[in-house]
Amino acid sequence: MLTQENLQKAESLFKKYPEKKAALLPILWIAQDQEGWVSEEMMKYVADLVGVPYAHVLGVVTFYTMFNDKKLGKYHIEVCTNVSCMLKGSGKIVDVVERACGAKVGQTSADGKFTVSEAECMGACGGAPMIAIGEEYHEYLTPEKTEKLLTSLK
Amino acid sequence: MEKYILPNIPNYHKIDVYEQHGGYAALKKALQMKPDEVIDEVKKSGLRGRGGACFPTGLKWSFMPKGNDKPKYLAVNGDESEPGTFKDRQIFEFNPHMMIEGIIIGCYAMGITSAYIYIRGEYRKWIKMVDGALADAYAKGYIGENILGTGFTTNIYTHCGAGAYICGEESALMNSLEGERGYPRVKPPFPAQKGLWGMPTTINNVETMANVPLILNKGYDWYSKIGVAKHPGPILVGISGHVNKPGVYEVPTGVPLLTLINDPQYGGGVPNGKKIKAVIPGGSSTMVLRGENLEGVNMDADSLKAAGSSVGTAGLIVMDEDTDIVAVLARIAHFYHHESCGQCTPCREGTGWLEKMLHRFEHGEARQEDVEMLVEVANQIEGNTICALGDAAAWPVQSFVKRFREEFEKRVKVKEEVEAA
Repeated sequence: MLTQENLQKAESLFKKYPEKKAALLPILWIAQDQEGWVSEEMMKYVADLVGVPYAHVLGVVTFYTMFNDKKLGKYHIEVCTNVSCMLKGSGKIVDVVERACGAKVGQTSADGKFTVSEAECMGACGGAPMIAIGEEYHEYLTPEKTEKLLTSLK
Repeated sequence: MEKYILPNIPNYHKIDVYEQHGGYAALKKALQMKPDEVIDEVKKSGLRGRGGACFPTGLKWSFMPKGNDKPKYLAVNGDESEPGTFKDRQIFEFNPHMMIEGIIIGCYAMGITSAYIYIRGEYRKWIKMVDGALADAYAKGYIGENILGTGFTTNIYTHCGAGAYICGEESALMNSLEGERGYPRVKPPFPAQKGLWGMPTTINNVETMANVPLILNKGYDWYSKIGVAKHPGPILVGISGHVNKPGVYEVPTGVPLLTLINDPQYGGGVPNGKKIKAVIPGGSSTMVLRGENLEGVNMDADSLKAAGSSVGTAGLIVMDEDTDIVAVLARIAHFYHHESCGQCTPCREGTGWLEKMLHRFEHGEARQEDVEMLVEVANQIEGNTICALGDAAAWPVQSFVKRFREEFEKRVKVKEEVEAA
């Protein structure tokens, strides 16, 4: 369920669009920001709110890579390994991230602190190699800088 | 050259600073003109879309039906997901008002009362910047009801994507905006007839919109003389990969690729004086060029077409002499397989085949006949899908194998040698 404040935020989105369904992605973002992920229960709740079948919401959540239908670690570390980053040594960044986080790509560390993902191009090719931690981009990385950055996370 | 889209003006993203430097004057000018005159001005300027297809913007606008009997929409494409492309993010951060001004002018010209700026989910930080700029423009009366007392009303909203390359394809973007999975639509009907919510819709790239105020301010004649005649204007070139100074550079169209790569004011050359082995000129879907064939090739639509590639999103990826070409293509193939929406069989299955075959090449397990089979599979995808993602997956494979065939054959030979030993 959304909090009262978030529910108001969600409902205010409907007036942006001629049809309620268009607010589905923005409302899923509100839901994910609140919970850190989108549970089956939340999907059913959002489906009722938007007026679409649960199956539709499930279809949308599973289509878009940024919606998480599973709980993630406290920090979501996404390493871009696409061409520009690859040319600038993202392979080494992946190694450092996996070691420092104690989790392989696609996994969450045992202490629940880190989830590591391989990301497709995040539009930071000039600052390659890069990682994103949540919404924050960290560019022009080296293995040393990456290690330092990750150990600084509490 | 003077810079217009990304000028060196501190705090240009702030509305007051933007206004001090002539911002929103183009809007005032446009609102004094008839909508058709605005479209005509953009048509005559020669502006072509900066999202990859290079379609003439004024012509696109003229496809929209006249009259206000039903709602019409504008979708501004800020999905920016083509690997090697990172220019629109600069506009969101450093010059959002020029884009917004262009959007309002476009809305006025086409009689549109709602515009949506669709921005990729990874750019949430930048969406907040655009939202801030929109709020300032609303507060000044440039957007909203009765704009500057002219009776014209339009609203602009941002809309956040959620991580799907395919949503940069215009019809997938519309489905995504409507709250659907990002599946491209079959054309026709074209968006200008039946787009968002079944209504006439135009989709323009972020950078394209940022060019519009320039045309209105200084006139089509002035604009059409920047860069090359058939593809004029300033263009944002993103340079990445093996260069000393990666980044986004604003240049007139038609600058030689070698200048962009080597000139100290742009890419600044390849690190350690290495040779250029290959260049992808316009984002990962455009055809690769060999380093030794770059002489005389310029950053504009016609020159790159003549060289056997395309300008795409002007995302220039440079690869030095030590680059493993096979590994690069394998990574590109992985991307397109990951991002295929799964609607069309040739793309859904074909991109998977390409990825698996390239994996074999990368790990020395390919057979001689696989070189031909790679091209064959790519040919089976190209032109046989609803949208251009299929083509985008096929072109790198076709061009890498054609222009670097020896690299692929080398990987096969290694296997044979291993077997013989």
